Amino acid sequence: MSTTEIDRQWTTKLRRRVTAKLPPEKLLPDTQPAYVSSWIYVFGVTTLSALMVVIATGCLLAIRGPQWWHGSGIGHFVNSMHLWSVEIFFFAMVIHLWGKYFMAAWRGGRSLTWVTGAVTFLVSILTAFTGYVSQTNFDSQWIATQAKDGINATGGGAYFNVLNLGQMLMWHIVLLPIAAVVLTGLHVLMVRSKGVVPPFADTASEMS
Amino acid sequence: MSWPAFSAALVPLDHLGHYLHWHWLLISVANLTVIVLMVVTFIVALLLPFPGRRRRKESR
Repeated sequence: MSTTEIDRQWTTKLRRRVTAKLPPEKLLPDTQPAYVSSWIYVFGVTTLSALMVVIATGCLLAIRGPQWWHGSGIGHFVNSMHLWSVEIFFFAMVIHLWGKYFMAAWRGGRSLTWVTGAVTFLVSILTAFTGYVSQTNFDSQWIATQAKDGINATGGGAYFNVLNLGQMLMWHIVLLPIAAVVLTGLHVLMVRSKGVVPPFADTASEMS
Repeated sequence: MSWPAFSAALVPLDHLGHYLHWHWLLISVANLTVIVLMVVTFIVALLLPFPGRRRRKESR
């Protein structure tokens, strides 16, 4: 195969494009800029860590099923871990969002990083909601019967039926987690590619 | 007193939650507490010095 033929292959093009955008030293950097030494920068990685616990405990709940999480001590414990890691996930994500909003983190060609983060936030809310209606207890029944009126008022009740436990569970454990994880992955890769947004003072000194 | 009985006494869950109502705004005390905690954490994160930051500045 000639060099020009190799250059034309989609695998060659894709590899060159990916390695140009994300060389290994950017993907796993040894150091970070000095301005990252602030507590406000820890909430992104806190959110990511909480997400890992959410997924790990969610997998355990999926393997063992509702009778286990309702009827055994260890099942209750894992169920509570799932709930509290979600609480930490949202707590950290909201502070991360506030911090990035006041830093105008979309500066310097980072608009898609901001957008993927914002969409992940919305997907996470929907994931949490479908989780609440999939608990298989009186709480989930109450939430579902209250929510159905809201969803029906939007005209979406025929497609997204909150009283349909099977549908809600599938959204909660398949579709929405895939969307959340893919979006989070893209978000992190974009942060690695463009770097952490500098404070306003650093941007001004870079420009002058 | 056992731990479950103690926690149930601390946060009783067998009656309606407490709500604050002011004109159009209706919010549960639990949700308000979480929002206040998030605001406090945000402010503390901005003001609290990060460990090792001064050392790194001096070494530069």
